[in-house]
Amino acid sequence: MNSSSSESHEPVVAGERLAGARRVDGNAAAGILSEVFVRDLTAARAKCARCGVTRTIGTLIVYAHGMGMIVRCPGCDGVILRLARTPTHVWLDSTGATSIVISRDAS
Amino acid sequence: MSPDGTASRIAWRLATVIDVVMETPRTRTLVLDVPGWPGHRAGQHVDVRLTAEDGYQAERSYSIASPPEDTRLCLTVEELKDGEVSPYLSEVLHAGDTLELRGPIGGYFVWDIPAGGPLLLVGGGSGIVPLMAMLRHRNAALATSVARHQLPARLLYSSRSWDEVIYRDELARLAENDPSLEVTHTLTREQPDGWSGFRRRIDRAMLEQVAWPPSKQPRVFVCGPTPLVESVASTLVELGHQPALVKTERFGPTGGAV
Repeated sequence: MNSSSSESHEPVVAGERLAGARRVDGNAAAGILSEVFVRDLTAARAKCARCGVTRTIGTLIVYAHGMGMIVRCPGCDGVILRLARTPTHVWLDSTGATSIVISRDAS
Repeated sequence: MSPDGTASRIAWRLATVIDVVMETPRTRTLVLDVPGWPGHRAGQHVDVRLTAEDGYQAERSYSIASPPEDTRLCLTVEELKDGEVSPYLSEVLHAGDTLELRGPIGGYFVWDIPAGGPLLLVGGGSGIVPLMAMLRHRNAALATSVARHQLPARLLYSSRSWDEVIYRDELARLAENDPSLEVTHTLTREQPDGWSGFRRRIDRAMLEQVAWPPSKQPRVFVCGPTPLVESVASTLVELGHQPALVKTERFGPTGGAV
């Protein structure tokens, strides 16, 4: 069954609707990534599974919405990471990242 | 475990608003007391979480404006017209109110004294906030003019009008007392009478004029609306700056033209 409820029933805060996703960058994903990874990930590098280019995660494009974030490659627009949070779980889909390289020195 | 069922390394904390300072007609600084705050590095941010009565939560990331040397945490918030969180933070919150935040977060867009210089900061609109934390940190950590001279800094800051220049007086004061700090404004939409400074968006010619040459290997931090950040960062790389030394932070939807 098709449902369009995911878009139309966004609850409100301060009397306003969230107008779709917000476009920010990987720096803004650091919080939710810290729920999954021990080390800071904004300074880590991810290789895009679509175009093969490796970039610092802080420089990737992030679309943030109520439940989580979609992290995309600024070069080819491929989805590198998908993160969502439910009341009980954090869900991560990293199939769009061929590899993630994290500095062992990073705090 | 935190209340939302996830064990996070970075805990949610309850901050108390000590003061709200009006910076410009559209921006406010929230001065916060955060018990147990572990300290931060200039350029890092916090996630702020608001919870509605029905349990719906909205989370946003805000740059920290205060330097690590400051015991109080300052966030400068620009009210976005269609914002879900920013109008609450900039208009509804008063001294004595509390809000939930976690941090410090982020290890990429950060600068501290050991990272060295010269320091080149390029900002647009409220993109000045993390850059201000860096300038405040530099000022607080380097006590003598000799020390500052060894780590010179330049700020190129684009605003729509003189009234929208965030931290305007403090920037003037910092530059006045510090010959090794140069602050350059460009006003893109409206200029006061007698304005002799730049009056256009940041472009290649402006960067060539204001930025350190690539041979000086400046540590570059660019923060602002996405179009500004992308254009400034790619121009700097074209001019010969090493991509690894040019760090960027984009914010907002697409932002206004600053």
